[in-house]
This record gives sequence, C-alpha cells and structure tokens, in this order.
Amino acid sequence: MAPLEATDWSPLWISLKTSVAATAVTLIAGLAAAAWRDRHKGPVVALLDGICLLPMVLPPTVVGFFLLLLFGRSGPIGRLLLQLGTTVIFSWPATVIAAAVVAFPLMYLSARAALEQVDPRLLEAARTLGASEWRVLRKIALPLAWPGVLAGAILSFARALGEFGATLMLAGNIPGRTATIPIAIYFAVEADDMRSAFAWCAADVVISLALLSGLYYWTHARGPARWARR
Amino acid sequence: MRGVLRAGPGVDMALEVHIEKSLAEFTLDVSFAADNEPLGILGPSGAGKTMLLRCIAGLDEPNRGRILLGDHTLLDTEKGVHVPARKRRIGMLFQHYALFPNQSVRDNVGFSLGRLSRDERERRVRAMLAGVHAAELEPRYPRHLSGGEQQRVALARALASEPEALLLDEPLSALDTHLRSQMEAQLQQTFLTYRSPTLLVTHNIEEAYRLGARLLVLSRGRVAALGPREEIFRQPPNVEVALLTGCKNISRARAVSDSLVEAIDWGCRLRLRPALGQPVGHVGIRAHHLDFTESFDLGAGEENVFPCWLVSSSETPFRITLYLRLHKPPDDSGRYDLQAEVFKEKWERFRDRPLPWHVRLAPEWLFVMPG
Repeated sequence: MAPLEATDWSPLWISLKTSVAATAVTLIAGLAAAAWRDRHKGPVVALLDGICLLPMVLPPTVVGFFLLLLFGRSGPIGRLLLQLGTTVIFSWPATVIAAAVVAFPLMYLSARAALEQVDPRLLEAARTLGASEWRVLRKIALPLAWPGVLAGAILSFARALGEFGATLMLAGNIPGRTATIPIAIYFAVEADDMRSAFAWCAADVVISLALLSGLYYWTHARGPARWARR
Repeated sequence: MRGVLRAGPGVDMALEVHIEKSLAEFTLDVSFAADNEPLGILGPSGAGKTMLLRCIAGLDEPNRGRILLGDHTLLDTEKGVHVPARKRRIGMLFQHYALFPNQSVRDNVGFSLGRLSRDERERRVRAMLAGVHAAELEPRYPRHLSGGEQQRVALARALASEPEALLLDEPLSALDTHLRSQMEAQLQQTFLTYRSPTLLVTHNIEEAYRLGARLLVLSRGRVAALGPREEIFRQPPNVEVALLTGCKNISRARAVSDSLVEAIDWGCRLRLRPALGQPVGHVGIRAHHLDFTESFDLGAGEENVFPCWLVSSSETPFRITLYLRLHKPPDDSGRYDLQAEVFKEKWERFRDRPLPWHVRLAPEWLFVMPG
C-alpha cells in the first residue's frame, strides 16, 4: 500500500462536500414539495408526485442522461448558463446536482410522511386562532414533523454519498474536482489498484453504517422529540 | 332555502347561519340565528353537528350558504364571499383539546397574541389562565396535563384571541365524570362573562340542557327543533325530537274530544290539560313524570290512573327505572308499555305492595304531537 502521506484524500473531501451541499438542496426542495403536496389534491398532484419519486426507481444512468440533456451545451438550462458565461457539466456543481436529484425522492417521501402524520386538528386549531398558512407550517407542522424530516435528511445524505451513475455521466471523473469516493473506487478497480479500491470501499461502508445506525439510534432508541417524551 | 327559524321573539341576532352541504348519507341543510345566549346543539352521532360547526368556523366549505356574524359576512356563496378560517375571529374548542404539543401552555395561550409586545402578551396569557383557574399550568407542556387541564388551557387559548363567537365541539365528552362536572362548571362561569354567540355541540341531553339556554335539535342534517330549552322539553314538536330529548314513553294517539285522547299503544283514554290545540298523532310523557298512587282506595274521579304490573327494573345509584305493563299482568314476551323513573326512597315505599300498582299519567305532563 502506498504510504499514508502519499494517499490522495481528495475523493473523501469531495464526497463529503458534495453530500452536504446536495442534502441542503434536497432538504429545502423536498420540504417545499412535501408542504405543497400536503395542501393539494387531484390528478395533477398525483402526476407531480410520480415525477418526484421517479429518480428513486430509474437507473441512475437514466437520470444522468436526462440531466446531461438538460444541462448540456445544447440543453435548455445549459444554454441559459452559457449565456451567463458558465457551464456546470464536468465541474463540481455537477456532482451536487446529480447527487441532489437522486437523493431527492428519499427526502420528499420522508417529509411527506412526516407532515401527513401531523394531526390535522392542530393545524385547524391554529387557523381558527388567526394563523396564516405560513405560520401554521412554521410553528406547528414543521416542528411536529421535524424528527421525520431530519431522518429524511440523513437518508438523503447517505444516498448522496453513494451516488455513482448519474454523477459519472454529468460530472465525469476529474481527480481533485469531481472524483467522489464511488468514482475513485470504480477507476481504482479499472486501474487494477485493488488496495485503494478496498480502502475506499471500507471508508464508504464505515461512513454509511455510522449514519444509518446513528439514525436508528436517534429515531428509536433515544426516542422521539423532547415534548413527546415523559 | 328555508326561512330562518328564529329562536324567540326580539332576539338581537349576532350570528346567522344558512348552509347546505352534501354529506355521504344526507344533506346538511340548516338555518338558524343565535344571539348572546349559549345555544346547545343536540343530536345523535352523525347528525351533522360537528360539520355544522366546521362550516361556521371556515374549516369546511358548504355547497351553498350564507353566514353572518355581527356586521361581517363570513360566507356568501352567491356573492362569492369566503372569509378564510383565520380571519373569521371564531374561537373553537375541540373534543380532544388540540393543544400544540410542541409548545408550553404559555405559548399555546399566547399563540394568537403575536402582535402584542412581549410584556403585554405575558400579562394577557396570565390573565387568561387565571380566568380558567389554571394559572399554575403556565410553564408546563400539554403532555403533562390531565384532560380537564388541557381543556381549560384550550378554552383560555380560544378566549385569548378575543373571538366574536365561540364554538364548542363536544368539549366535555373526552373527560371522565369527575373532571367533566368541573369543566362544565368552568363553562357555565365563562358563558356568564363571555357575551357573544356561543354554540355548544353535544350528544348528551342533560349537558345540552344545563349549558344551553336555548336548544337546537339536529337530526340527519336538519333542524328538528329550535327554541328555549324548557319549551322543547315541555312540548317537543314531533316524535323525533321527543326521542332525541330522551322521552321514553310515546304512544300513537287519536283525538276523542277536545280534552281527551285515546292512546292506542297503551290501550287507554287520557285526559289532557290544556285542551287540544293541534291535530294528534302521538302522545308522550317523560319517565320521571309518571307518578304512583300510594293509596289503595282509588277515588272514582281520579284522572289518568291505571293499574300496572312490573315487568322488570334497572337500578342506578339513586334512581330506579321500572318497566311497566298496563291493565294486565306481564306475559313471557317481556313486553312493557311504560318506563318510569323514580328515586329509590320513593321506590322503597311501594316496592313491597301487592300488584297491580296504580300509575298516574298527570294531565299537565302529557304532551301531544302531530303526525
């Protein structure tokens, strides 16, 4: 194995940085989508619901392909960005976009379930007390849904950390810029560098296991939120 | 839509409601006006009571209707007026309290006072809690309160928003007996000082009577009766209302003369006072109005006294319900004609007397109903 100081640690930092950014994006987008979905019904909502969940069931390569179409030089968003003098594909933001889109359904599902579990009578009571919808969401619905939302954020983080297919298609493998841990593993195996591959795989397992067992401990063993405990 | 059923002459109408809403089983079609006296809304489960309150509060939308509160139009489907719940200034009390579990009692009560300064808000919260005898609960969380305490806090929270009307949806039915009577006393006291339209929904007849100066009887989405409580209990307008207000003895009837009806199911003729003023379909008398003649030698002139036999009985701590057969001894069918409710002391005095006993259906307590 290469001496420790010679090891390129950049995939770890890129992965963590990407996952944090992607989780922040999905947290806001997922919450907004779930809060909107909580207040609307009908066939249009069902269709949007399906679209929100698609990235979870499609192969990440399909997601990556559509993202390339959107963000590529001839894609609608890509052209817009070009006019602003920038491009995202094969850059670090592309890893965030890919990870965020793939992780979004987990966040959306968790937030939706958490909001649906809030007793609607509490929201109604707040309305009769003169609260605006925004205040109802901020003071009642979100605080009560928060444990579920946070669990969704942790799941999204873990999923973003493991993202490979869409990232490779949209961001490529640029060491030090877009090469995340899963991509480093793939190219290490390609280059027959089994020691590096093994080390990164172990790192990935350790981080993900810590996240998931931490999540379980936090939601089950430690119990629910402060006000609901005896 | 039908005309307004006014609860009495010369009431200053502060809340006027006309709504129609299709429900799964029937259509809620209700018109009434309420002034500053508490109005008890009585009806069986599923009569549409809760939906009625929800429509008034703006939590559900009627298909058609108009709701006026003071000078404000809260709803007018013809003019396209739909004031949202948060702007209706209607306080609501829920059966299961609906306190915000993530907020302390202080924050719950102060929830509607966001516009006030911190000092002013705290002062108001303390005053509101003192008003419901719950000052010591201020720093606690709903989770740690009993049902009665939670409902007190919920009442303080609703009143803190200075609502122009107060709607109470079965506010006592989740409480156990002891807490219920305490909370009921609290509501009595609150109603004395809170002089705005107050609607109290309940399926409990006695609770409705004690808390509502006037009653609205709701049955399958329609107003079956509306008026002062004494009137509704003294003279139910129809069989349905008689049953819904707890009348146990009802017989089909036909008029014999001005002051005499034949009770078909009871097989007897009954003298009435006052005389008939309406067509007769049924005659009724409440179980606790049945009287037992304690003397054996009946005067021939005694009105409405009939021999009866005991079929069965059922005890509560202080009273006993007697199921009676008129005119002849009971057979194996267990069939009975009348249900009487008497205090146990009285029961002790005649329980050992030989049958038949003699029951009196006092003319002043009999009521006749059309149809």
